[in-house]
Amino acid sequence: MSTEIVASANAEARAVTGAGPEARPMDLLRFATAGSVDDGKSTLIGRLLYDTKSLFTDQLAAVEAVSAARGDEYTNLALLTDGLRAEREQGITIDVAYRYFATPRRKFIIADTPGHIQYTRNMVTGASTADLALILVDARKGLVEQSRRHAFLCSLLRVPHLVLCVNKMDLVDWSQEVYERIADEFTAFAAKLDVPDLTVVPVSALRGDNIVTRSDNMPWYEGPSLLHHLERVHIASDRNLVDVRFPVQYVIRPQSTTVTDYRGYAGQVASGVLKPGDEVMVLPSGFTSRIAAVETADGPVPEAFPPMSVTVRLADEIDISRGDLICRPNNAPAVAQDIEAMVCWMDETAPLRVGGRYAIKHTTRSARAIVRGLHYRLDINSLHRDESADELRLNEIGRVRLRTTVPLLADEYRRNRTTGGFVIIDEATNRTVGAAMIVEAS
Amino acid sequence: MTTPAAYQVSHLDALEAESIFVMREVVAEMERPVMLFSGGKDSIVMLRLAQKAFAPANVPFPVMHVDTGHNFPEVLEYRDQRVAELGLQLVVASVPEALASGMVRESGDGMRNRIQTPVLLDAVEKHRFDALFGGARRDEEKARAKERVFSFRDEFGQWDPKNQRPELWSLYNGRHHPGESIRVFPLSNWTELDVWHYIARERIPLPSIYYAHEREVIERDGMFYAVNEFFRPRAGEERFKAQVRYRTVGDASCTAAVRSDADTVEKVIEEVAATRITERGATRGDDRVSEAAMEDRKREGYF
Repeated sequence: MSTEIVASANAEARAVTGAGPEARPMDLLRFATAGSVDDGKSTLIGRLLYDTKSLFTDQLAAVEAVSAARGDEYTNLALLTDGLRAEREQGITIDVAYRYFATPRRKFIIADTPGHIQYTRNMVTGASTADLALILVDARKGLVEQSRRHAFLCSLLRVPHLVLCVNKMDLVDWSQEVYERIADEFTAFAAKLDVPDLTVVPVSALRGDNIVTRSDNMPWYEGPSLLHHLERVHIASDRNLVDVRFPVQYVIRPQSTTVTDYRGYAGQVASGVLKPGDEVMVLPSGFTSRIAAVETADGPVPEAFPPMSVTVRLADEIDISRGDLICRPNNAPAVAQDIEAMVCWMDETAPLRVGGRYAIKHTTRSARAIVRGLHYRLDINSLHRDESADELRLNEIGRVRLRTTVPLLADEYRRNRTTGGFVIIDEATNRTVGAAMIVEAS
Repeated sequence: MTTPAAYQVSHLDALEAESIFVMREVVAEMERPVMLFSGGKDSIVMLRLAQKAFAPANVPFPVMHVDTGHNFPEVLEYRDQRVAELGLQLVVASVPEALASGMVRESGDGMRNRIQTPVLLDAVEKHRFDALFGGARRDEEKARAKERVFSFRDEFGQWDPKNQRPELWSLYNGRHHPGESIRVFPLSNWTELDVWHYIARERIPLPSIYYAHEREVIERDGMFYAVNEFFRPRAGEERFKAQVRYRTVGDASCTAAVRSDADTVEKVIEEVAATRITERGATRGDDRVSEAAMEDRKREGYF
């Protein structure tokens, strides 16, 4: 990106954040928001969009007109994201909505997940790609069952950063005591869940306190504003740069008279760093070779790391096809057909049952699987394990044992969110019916 | 720009990598993909990403233009030039031909936005395409904000927004039965500004109407429509010359221009960064029909 263009992009939001022109390129942060209609989530998102000038006047005018026509007392910012006819008619949010805003430092993608309908399924979907999850609680009510559920799902999906916004601080007289009670309680709960990074911010989304700038109403709070935190939270280290995992997506072999004998393995780096000269192993065959070149359409690159999409060429001609995986000889995933996984069931028409057969998609590899066992169903409110369960219904989570037709090249999900996750597909309807996070593969 | 030392990538590199991944998934898993190519900026960016995804091989699928017959000549010229340069196979799904054969009838308002859907679906069936790349972005319109990257369509090309497949991680489910298809949106996570930054960074040429030029227009509903063979002023609408550019390029009978002095890509970026109106809100008569105009068209099989 040329410097002039960065400068003009900076100009866009400089007025908002007070940041000066900077030479560093913008990076990308994906975050998921969770909450119910009452806790001010839509107001918070509306506020972030509005204050970063990402909300357009025609969008706002449309929402104001619809709100007024419905007799709402205030402009209902939920209407910004509730795009479907049924949602507006029924006043509910059906699906994950994606929203975008940018500041000079970062582009943000919000996966906004609804609070009630299909809650678990949508939250799991939104969290699966999130760098950060934002959970809201109403300061007047404190932690509720739903807040604990949100936190649990974020930890299950290994979202690296969690932010708790204690909202509606204006309605509790900006009370430090109220804030600290909630923050302490949540921190204690999160400790049980293995949440790597937690930040708690007291805010008033409606009035804009601690959203973009620090609030004068809460001088006792010494932390950053929400946007300041979102802009600066360190996400580069979240990527796994240790374990080389390159699932082969597609083999590029030009049928051309000008380019001959070219054979490149195209894919997106799941983890690790690949460099020309590196010794590599190809799974499931186990053949070894050396990386001859790492290429993009713009030419060779000295190294590739997540999330780059590149083409890898090897020194030796070995038989490699889609679904194979390139790793290092001394650091390889399991080549496994017996898989233990936490499964979130997402289908309303039929439950997961022991003995059921499904298609699965894991990295670039497709297989069939049979459910060999259900160890327990987890109550996501109490974290109680029900070992007598014999099926998983819509929005239920449990630990499942599967046997696959072909080996998966699998890591534990806690170590690798790409090579550790897969989806379960109904072979008759082709619907995606489950999300699975690998606990153990052998 | 990638900075290997810190192992960080810019937002444009991350978006590019994601789009390339999506395209490769489609080509690896689907039988007969095709890319919708209108000569608009989003499809131009999408085509550039396709070139990058499969280099040094050629783009391994044909492109299709749904031709309403109401074209900007600059855009048609650009389309033909690009197709020739890249050695692509071009499929034209022609609305005028469908009108002539009686497959569709002109709608009362003369807009061809809605009648292009059966023409598109007919071409899909005839060529047995099972995956259609479209350049739609989620930031464009709120019905689009809820659409998947891989969007399933039944044998009638219909979208059922309440019955979409959950899309987790980067695992896209393109499975379908014969006759069904998948619409694929590689630019889902791009914004209008991202597209322009990418056009600047990659130095991608665009049809000239995207940059400021003088044109004879009339003003209707706060939008500036070019007077041409497809668009006739109504009584009392005054023609005047203005400095304008197009923010979107669609059917020439319902796509409006905006007043602009931005005659370079850098100036367009500044303008887009500063603008307070969405691109479809500013320029598309077809989205003004109702609150759910886009959703209704999409359900019927529109992009």
